[in-house]
Amino acid sequence: MSSRAPANQQYDVIVVGSGAAGGQTAYTLSMEGISVLMLEAGRNYVPEQETPMFQTPDQAPLRATASPEKAFGFYDSTVDGGWTVPGEPYVQSTSDPSRRFTWWRARMLGGRTNHWGRISLRNGPYDFKPHRRDGLGFDWPISYEDVAPYYDKVERLIGVYGTSEGLENTPGSPPGCLLPPPAPVVSDYLVQQRAGRLGIPIIPGHRAVLTQQLDYKRSPALLHPGNPKAQKIVADHMKARAACIWATDCGRGCSIRANYQSTTVHLPPALATGNLHIITDAMVSRVVLGANGRAKGVTYIDKKSGAERQANARVVVLAASACETARILLNSKSASFPDGLANSSGKVGRYIMDTVGSSLRGQVPMLESLPPLNEDGATGEALYAPWWGYQDQQKGRLGFARGYHIEFGGGRRMPGFGALSGLDTLTGGSYGRKLKQDARRYYGSFVGFAGRGEMIPNENSYCEIDPDVKDKWGIPVLRFHWKWSEHETRQAAHMQTAFEAIVQAMGGRVMGPVKTDGAQAISPGGFIIHEVGGAIMGAERKSSVTNQWCQTWDVDNLFLTDGAVFVSNADKNPTLTIMALAWRAADHIADRMRRKEL
Amino acid sequence: MTDRRTTIKWMLAAAATVPLLEHRAWTQQITSQPAASGYGTDPDLLKPYRPGDVWPLTLSAAQRRTAAALCDVILPDDGRSPGAESVGVVDFIDEWVSAPYPRQLEDRPIVIEGLAWMDAEALRRFKKDFAQLGEPQQHAICDDICRESGARPEFARAAAFFSRYRDLTVGAFYSTSTGWKDIGYVGNVPLAKFEGPPAELLEKLGLGPKHA
Repeated sequence: MSSRAPANQQYDVIVVGSGAAGGQTAYTLSMEGISVLMLEAGRNYVPEQETPMFQTPDQAPLRATASPEKAFGFYDSTVDGGWTVPGEPYVQSTSDPSRRFTWWRARMLGGRTNHWGRISLRNGPYDFKPHRRDGLGFDWPISYEDVAPYYDKVERLIGVYGTSEGLENTPGSPPGCLLPPPAPVVSDYLVQQRAGRLGIPIIPGHRAVLTQQLDYKRSPALLHPGNPKAQKIVADHMKARAACIWATDCGRGCSIRANYQSTTVHLPPALATGNLHIITDAMVSRVVLGANGRAKGVTYIDKKSGAERQANARVVVLAASACETARILLNSKSASFPDGLANSSGKVGRYIMDTVGSSLRGQVPMLESLPPLNEDGATGEALYAPWWGYQDQQKGRLGFARGYHIEFGGGRRMPGFGALSGLDTLTGGSYGRKLKQDARRYYGSFVGFAGRGEMIPNENSYCEIDPDVKDKWGIPVLRFHWKWSEHETRQAAHMQTAFEAIVQAMGGRVMGPVKTDGAQAISPGGFIIHEVGGAIMGAERKSSVTNQWCQTWDVDNLFLTDGAVFVSNADKNPTLTIMALAWRAADHIADRMRRKEL
Repeated sequence: MTDRRTTIKWMLAAAATVPLLEHRAWTQQITSQPAASGYGTDPDLLKPYRPGDVWPLTLSAAQRRTAAALCDVILPDDGRSPGAESVGVVDFIDEWVSAPYPRQLEDRPIVIEGLAWMDAEALRRFKKDFAQLGEPQQHAICDDICRESGARPEFARAAAFFSRYRDLTVGAFYSTSTGWKDIGYVGNVPLAKFEGPPAELLEKLGLGPKHA
């Protein structure tokens, strides 16, 4: 997929990173006729050729279970990544486990979009103005109405299934944006019925999976009005993407392009314009500042040769993922920016946020011994529970300020190595013929629940450059500081009791302890891989790094289009919002370039 | 130089005085790990692998015999599906305990010492290796160690091993097409449409749109 860049070519824009942010930025700009050089730190990756679509666990080492080298299992699409990347360490500021931040990276074209969960929820109106509602955190310099048109565009382009239910702070979409949701499975219906009786709404999830072919007749003109070349290219690529075949886990990637990954959705049409060149194995170390105070380009290590190179352009966009973008800025020191580029506010690296996570599993007798059914479905999130406690929180009843949604799944999914482990708590330690009968009885009777909640930015969660440690390319690495507040730990405890209540309402029993101590219930920082912040946008340059257009206050032609600019981290998974903001910023860049302002 | 029988006699003597699995020197001796590297961070995901393809297997023939017998006691041929050994569970166990990763390195002494304990216990009770015992004799031993929480103190360590070994066997068996067929997993096939459960089933369970 990658194309080697012709030597000495001049580019309008350099985009660092090729995931959701870099993919969307490069797509929008190249469709607008702007020449783009994309630099990706990892290797080229071709989902059509590399995705293990139907491979089974017994064809993989260790039955495809996780190892430090494939931390989400052998068939997870992540290449050269995980919680650790060989030769690319990061540092913890403390050995206190509750204050550690773990950082998932993927060194590959398309980055983490190749394996992500594809959950694509819009932030709601409250989520852009949280401080206005409860006095905590910060407000964004933009509102839902500013971003909504870009949510529409992204949904039309990448393909998102779901419905518009009109629930509080849970936006739907205009007609034509969403694809129909997939059919639920038996356990989904049971959760819907029983959680519903507890007052917890269960509605169709939103995921970037094609439940049918995209509308290649109508959408191109809506996405690129007045741009027939772009319309033609995107229509061709929409036609080339197949609908879901209701098998094989999305985390493996998708060789038929039925779900969103940057490598199957953003980059192919962008390359087809002829305006995008991609250099892979290009590890960007810093932004080069010109004598005029503008960004001149970037330096990068060509990982194949180890040589340091420089690429120049009129505009530089960092889309390297929130923390990596902060790292590049902090490493780009100069006489005029001794504390890191675009850091006159001192806010680069500050306010790193992850998502609050907690999980619990239940075993449900009603689901035992059901007839064999194919329940692979969309392999995740047919239904979910949006946050239902806004009014209670407004009245101060919950003891934590922000909400969470519930993701759940169960039924007769592909049994992997762990599908029937730990059965002895149910079977009394059976073995032999009895164990085989027990396996038939209990397979498919488990339902897992995972909460995904909002973290409020705080002064104790940030990253900075470690003074001593460098990666194998000689680039100084990040040191992380982390602390949850009681808003997060209490929320995690609330998740546990809510899951327990749902399991009991289903007539089931909870597997394992219900952790009512929030500090025990909450997943470690970084664990949910929704890290955002580190270069927040704002209305004032003294308290933020970029303006509402993702443009740094300090350097006119330097933009940050990834999660670094997030001001808050709503319970809604961040990827869709990253893409919407990147499209909006890229439109702004294109407009300013046309007017010769950049 | 000690032969296997001498080792077992020594073990039995040792077992009388100290908890078997806490004997460090012996543990070191049997768990020394052959140098091996893993599959790396960018393995070929498309090609099929068999145990031994990426790192060498390390169990002895005798250990594999005991492992096979125990697999088949845990998941025997019951007429509906074959025993665990016949679908390659022993190869998997060998691959697992020979792997260079932390989780597997932690399991290696548990499994190797546990297999030795099974033979030692069989010898103590019935004067034969575990694999040579008839089903009632094998069950007599397993009945004492199959409940980790309810095991008598002298069987606590063996029960912890059995619990782990049962999970390895179950995990390996039910992640094969044979295991899938047994428990009724019918997915991993491309479908033109996915319509969810049949209406009759939902109705029988009192679920679905009409019962929301």
